[in-house]
Amino acid sequence: MEHFLDQVINGLQLGFMYALIALGYTMVYGIIKLINFAHGDVFMVGAFIGYYGFAKWGMPLPLAVITAMAVCAILGVVIEKIAYRPLRYAPTISVLISALGVSLFLEYFCSLRFVFGPNYRVVQRPFEEVHWVLGGVTFNNIQVMVAVVVIIMLLLLQYMIYRTKIGMAMRTVSFDHDAARLMGVNVDSVISVTFAIGSALAAAGGVLFAIAYPQIQPFMGIMPGLKAFTAAVLGGIGIVPGAVLGALIMGQVETLTAAYLPTQLRDAIAFAILIIVLMVRPTGILGKNKPEKV
Amino acid sequence: MDMGKKTKMNLGKTAVLLLITLAVYVVMKALLISSILSSYWGLVLDQALITTIGALGLCIIYGFSGQFSLGHAAFYGIGAYAAAFVSKTYGHGSMAWFLLALPVGALTAALVAFLIGLPILRLRSDYLGIATLGFGIIVKVGMDNSNRLLPVLGGATGITGLPQVAGFDIIFLCTVMTVLLTRNFVQSSYGRACTAIRDDEIAADIMGIDTTRYKVLAFVFGCALAGLAGALYVHRYPFLHPSSFDFLKSFDFLLIVVLGGLGSMSGTIITSIAWVFLLEGLRFVLGQQFLEFRGVIYALILVVIILLRPQGIFGGKEVSVMAPPKAIPASGKEGPHADPGN
Repeated sequence: MEHFLDQVINGLQLGFMYALIALGYTMVYGIIKLINFAHGDVFMVGAFIGYYGFAKWGMPLPLAVITAMAVCAILGVVIEKIAYRPLRYAPTISVLISALGVSLFLEYFCSLRFVFGPNYRVVQRPFEEVHWVLGGVTFNNIQVMVAVVVIIMLLLLQYMIYRTKIGMAMRTVSFDHDAARLMGVNVDSVISVTFAIGSALAAAGGVLFAIAYPQIQPFMGIMPGLKAFTAAVLGGIGIVPGAVLGALIMGQVETLTAAYLPTQLRDAIAFAILIIVLMVRPTGILGKNKPEKV
Repeated sequence: MDMGKKTKMNLGKTAVLLLITLAVYVVMKALLISSILSSYWGLVLDQALITTIGALGLCIIYGFSGQFSLGHAAFYGIGAYAAAFVSKTYGHGSMAWFLLALPVGALTAALVAFLIGLPILRLRSDYLGIATLGFGIIVKVGMDNSNRLLPVLGGATGITGLPQVAGFDIIFLCTVMTVLLTRNFVQSSYGRACTAIRDDEIAADIMGIDTTRYKVLAFVFGCALAGLAGALYVHRYPFLHPSSFDFLKSFDFLLIVVLGGLGSMSGTIITSIAWVFLLEGLRFVLGQQFLEFRGVIYALILVVIILLRPQGIFGGKEVSVMAPPKAIPASGKEGPHADPGN
């Protein structure tokens, strides 16, 4: 039982990190209906910048996180400007291919020797890991930090989307581009802001990931990216609480499978659950089923 | 009467197509025999043809039927593993077993496609994409652990020492047959039903097209071609490893089909061959010290092409020998009809 609770805590830690990445996917999808395959690589860049910040440039950790978020926010906006905006009126599949291209570009570019290099790097944590036992359940300061950071960001995001002007603009654009434009919303800048926020969240996730699972390399973003996207679909893509719910489920499924079933089956079970959920609820757990119009 | 004329036109086109094919075959064979094309480039050429077969499969599924699949490599892999199993256990390099392994690969892929397609083809667009992507990852995990079920499949270490019985001739023949089969399928009433579903599923349904049936049919057919490509692949390259069939390979097929232009067989064929040669060409041009730039350049070319030609290189058009015969305009006088009004 205690072992089980320990696993649940590990699952929460993983789930929280998936949530940070999944939010970027779901926001971008909600606004321009694009599976932004490059998002996982923005997460990777965030992890590297954070690592350089606290391990090489001697920044305090919060400053390193903020630097990584700022760099990735700019990166996200630039990617959107160069690779997605010219295709705004092209078929969605063209944008998807462009996103794939950007994803591959980031991976291979970061693997070049004068950028980050192709090898695994072991991350020296900026602080010691401390274990606590509370009622038989073990947890550590990293898990507490992940939970606190993620919850603060979620609350900020929720506040921004529902209580600020830009949040209202984002909701309008996700509802209908043309109507939003008629109402005087600058659609292009709203899309840029969405990419900036999504990428900054992914960067924060990247730095936390680098601290929690202290090994980074340029292709590290692929799997977490796919899982986070899956989580967003599982919860109902385009819906912010859905992404968090999906991510928490993904995190639990993954750690519990790894703990109680052969570890290699981890990915298979996670995706099998996705397929089953989609069969039963094709728009995800919190998704609303829109009737199709002719 | 019109039907007869159409058939004759199509036969003419088939004849031209076969003549072109024969000419290409003779030239390629001459280049290979005279060693102008080294055995290394011969290998690349075969890879290009195998990729063409697989890509034509996805062209049917996505280009003509509009079913977004991100798991095409899974079926390529299933075909490869099924054929490898036959050859490794029974074949040991005999030609007859190899010829049996090809349909086994294609049919296994088709069977799996049928079983998985029936439930998941109810999903639309991106949801279907992500479900097929998930299926692809499940299959990859299955391959990594395949040795638990059948030790001969090797699991995560892959299979070595497969008999390399497939040569240029048989691969070329399979490619030509695939091209003809695909063309005939697309231009048949089945193909037109699939195209109708792609353009508007609800409208197709209202016109009396059994959408589930045609979607599954196109999916199974396309995946069978992927399986055939996989079966050829394992008999051409001595080393089989699960990492050759991960989702990046699925993206490879997808970007070939999209770059070629959705709904264009000629585009798919030309892009497949060009893409494989481009990848190998980069290795050649860059030389050893710049090899690490290959991925970067590959990605840049991809982004630049799609930015310049969002509709793909061929954009749904066909070269004339692949195009369907022109509809013969109905003869007779135009009857009176109402004024269009304002």
